[in-house]
Amino acid sequence: MQKSKLVFFLCLLTVIGCARDKAGTGITVAGSTSVQPFADKWAEVYMDEHPDQVVNIQGGGSSAGIQAAKSGACNIGTSSRELKPDEKDLTEIVVARDGLAIIVHTSNRIDNLTIEQVKGIFTGKIRNWREIGGNDKLITVVTREEGSGTRGAFQELVMKKDRVAKSAIVQDSNGTVREIVAGDPNAIGYISLGLVNNKVRALKLNGVPATDENIISKKYKLVRPFLFVTKGEPTPVCREFIDFVQSAEGQKLVSEEGLIPVK
Amino acid sequence: MYLNPKIEQRVVQAILWVFTLATVFILFFIIFYILHKGLPVLSYNFLTTNPLDMGKSGGIYSTIIGTIALTIMSLLIATPLGVGTAIYLTEYTRESRITRVIRFGSECLSGIPSIIFGLFGFILFVTKLKMGWSILSGGLTLAFMLLPTIIRTSEEAIKSVPYNLHEVSYSLGSTQWQTVTKVVLPSALPGILTGVILSVGRSVGETAAVIFTAGSALRMPTSLFSSSRTMAVHFFILAREGISMPNAYGTAAVLIITILIINIIAYRLMHKFIKKYS
Amino acid sequence: MTRLERNERLIKIALFVIACSAVSILAVITIFIFSEGTPIMFKYGLRSFLLGLDWYPSEQSFGLLPMIIGSVMVTFGSLLVGVPFGLACAIFLTEFSSRRLRHILKPIIELLAGIPSVVYGFIGVVILVPFIRETLGGPGLSVLAASIILGIMILPTIISISIDSLQAVPRSYREGSIALGATKWQTTKMVILPAAKSGIIASIILGMGRAIGETMAVIMIAGNAINIPRSVLDPVRTLTSNIALEMGYASGEHRQALFATGVILFIIIMILNTIANATSVKGKAAK
Repeated sequence: MQKSKLVFFLCLLTVIGCARDKAGTGITVAGSTSVQPFADKWAEVYMDEHPDQVVNIQGGGSSAGIQAAKSGACNIGTSSRELKPDEKDLTEIVVARDGLAIIVHTSNRIDNLTIEQVKGIFTGKIRNWREIGGNDKLITVVTREEGSGTRGAFQELVMKKDRVAKSAIVQDSNGTVREIVAGDPNAIGYISLGLVNNKVRALKLNGVPATDENIISKKYKLVRPFLFVTKGEPTPVCREFIDFVQSAEGQKLVSEEGLIPVK
Repeated sequence: MYLNPKIEQRVVQAILWVFTLATVFILFFIIFYILHKGLPVLSYNFLTTNPLDMGKSGGIYSTIIGTIALTIMSLLIATPLGVGTAIYLTEYTRESRITRVIRFGSECLSGIPSIIFGLFGFILFVTKLKMGWSILSGGLTLAFMLLPTIIRTSEEAIKSVPYNLHEVSYSLGSTQWQTVTKVVLPSALPGILTGVILSVGRSVGETAAVIFTAGSALRMPTSLFSSSRTMAVHFFILAREGISMPNAYGTAAVLIITILIINIIAYRLMHKFIKKYS
Repeated sequence: MTRLERNERLIKIALFVIACSAVSILAVITIFIFSEGTPIMFKYGLRSFLLGLDWYPSEQSFGLLPMIIGSVMVTFGSLLVGVPFGLACAIFLTEFSSRRLRHILKPIIELLAGIPSVVYGFIGVVILVPFIRETLGGPGLSVLAASIILGIMILPTIISISIDSLQAVPRSYREGSIALGATKWQTTKMVILPAAKSGIIASIILGMGRAIGETMAVIMIAGNAINIPRSVLDPVRTLTSNIALEMGYASGEHRQALFATGVILFIIIMILNTIANATSVKGKAAK
């Protein structure tokens, strides 16, 4: 009885030991939940072409991804906002650009806002759709949580020094914001342009529709980079994956999914 | 206000009936709603193909495997610890300050919210011990969560084994440990198993503790160190982010069916066990 | 000492070590949560944590008061739903239903406990939230939605522990009361419920613990705004959802502040546990 238990535990230990060796060859990519779907796509195709490689994609958020890259908890961190000054010691690689779309319910009469109006809504100064030409309904503001790259980018591009109102609903992913806006006729939110679908409508900003052309020509102002960050130079294994992401093939995947390629 | 006691009795009885029926109705509503929406999605293919494209298409195979791996991992740790504790408390010691401390500790542990376990597992296993988001980290965290349930149910099961069985065993010259392993444990087995099975149910449905420790990678786990997404986490992500409602309902249906089966088995076992000793 | 005796002693020691696992795990968890969470509380002052109104971690402002109030509101809301239903079920099943009905209904109600919390949250999102938005107004994601769903989630805890304590009331109490000509309800009201009081209170406190600690369902339906809600239709953020929403995303002091949130949650839960434990022990002693 006891002997068999001992043997069992030895086996378990061996399995754990072996498992550790095998896991060592993989690349772990962690960070921005905005980058995650695209990173998943890259990893899927990359692993099909390189069956010996393992790429693990984790969420966690931009700040966590940057931290993880710094501490070595992952090989590549991903971020959907610019690095802050104290994070600049990391090597950053722009892998795509993404527009931020301001989205509303499909039934909403508004189809154009100025950046100032968006800011007014999110600071809580504008509380009713009537004030900007819509129905007489209170606005349901949906924002992202602190630490999210999307929120960071929105703060930087729209809010500047002002705070998002405390009464705003907070959700922790692009998808959830989209779902809530899709369900609530009075809601407004902001998500990655690539994730806008027919359940919600992206508003024009200062009269400029959120399209790829307008982003490339810099007419549409809400644009942020998607970054891969590594501590020091990427290892050869990581380099290979990054090269794939930046290759014509990798960038084609990006534009198929609604992002703006960098090359 | 004075009411005739007989009438009052009737009124109260009716109210209680309504409340009880409402509770049962809520339960059936949840189960039927999920099954109604989810069952049409279920197919052999759904269960045996890996999720593709964040779960937008494909099935849930890797999340089923992830759930099983995590559950087994946590039970492998929690069962020996839990049953061992129960044996110690019931067979090896008398009620004392020590047993009270052990019981209180286990009760407190059972009251701790799963998010705290998640925080703890994240800081200790994932970051401090550098196990990363993995089945190992998730399994250990879950094991800690399940431990109190297993201790409590095993203790009750062992306690209900009639004392004369012990006496017979001792009179035949067996040692205490022989008595425990050859007489007490086999008799208490159905009761212990009930606890273990209920823990399976809990680990299958757990999200908060798992998502921060086992991560949410969709890939098929290849070792104890790979991150893995369980069915509950997969459902949470699919449904919340609106990735694919049909697949979300399908996953939920699998979850609900699993829980139903687990509860039925546990109930059956428990029944047999109670019949045997009462 | 023979080999057998030595083995027996070793086994006893090994079992003792194992038996300490639960307590040690509890200790380790406590130490980790406190050592990660308390330094920042003292750095910015306990006052600013517990009474601060602003939660803007990127600007080093870590006020948890809205979340503390949020947790309290949602928990009391859930009790308003869960206690009447739970007690009614428990009383009905022990005092008024036939044995057979009880044997069918009890396991069915216990099944409620097995349903994963994400499923409850999901039902809340697809059914309850739109219903509240359309009939009562507001965004739907609200204190009310969270209270109702949590109220349902704590039912099994309240029901099963209340049933245990009602059943523990000696038969002779019932017989005596009935013999005096009291109706079943009078017996229940005057004799059984007072006798089972401490167990019922313990069940409610444990239900509270469950409601305060629930995370995933609340994240999905409460709206998570960092405001103190002014009505039950306003969105609200609880301590648990504060942690889960931002945990993955946080670093540095922000993360420590989330652990501080965990510390506060932990203390609340421990207080509730101790009270529940004390009431049920007191109840047992009284019998």
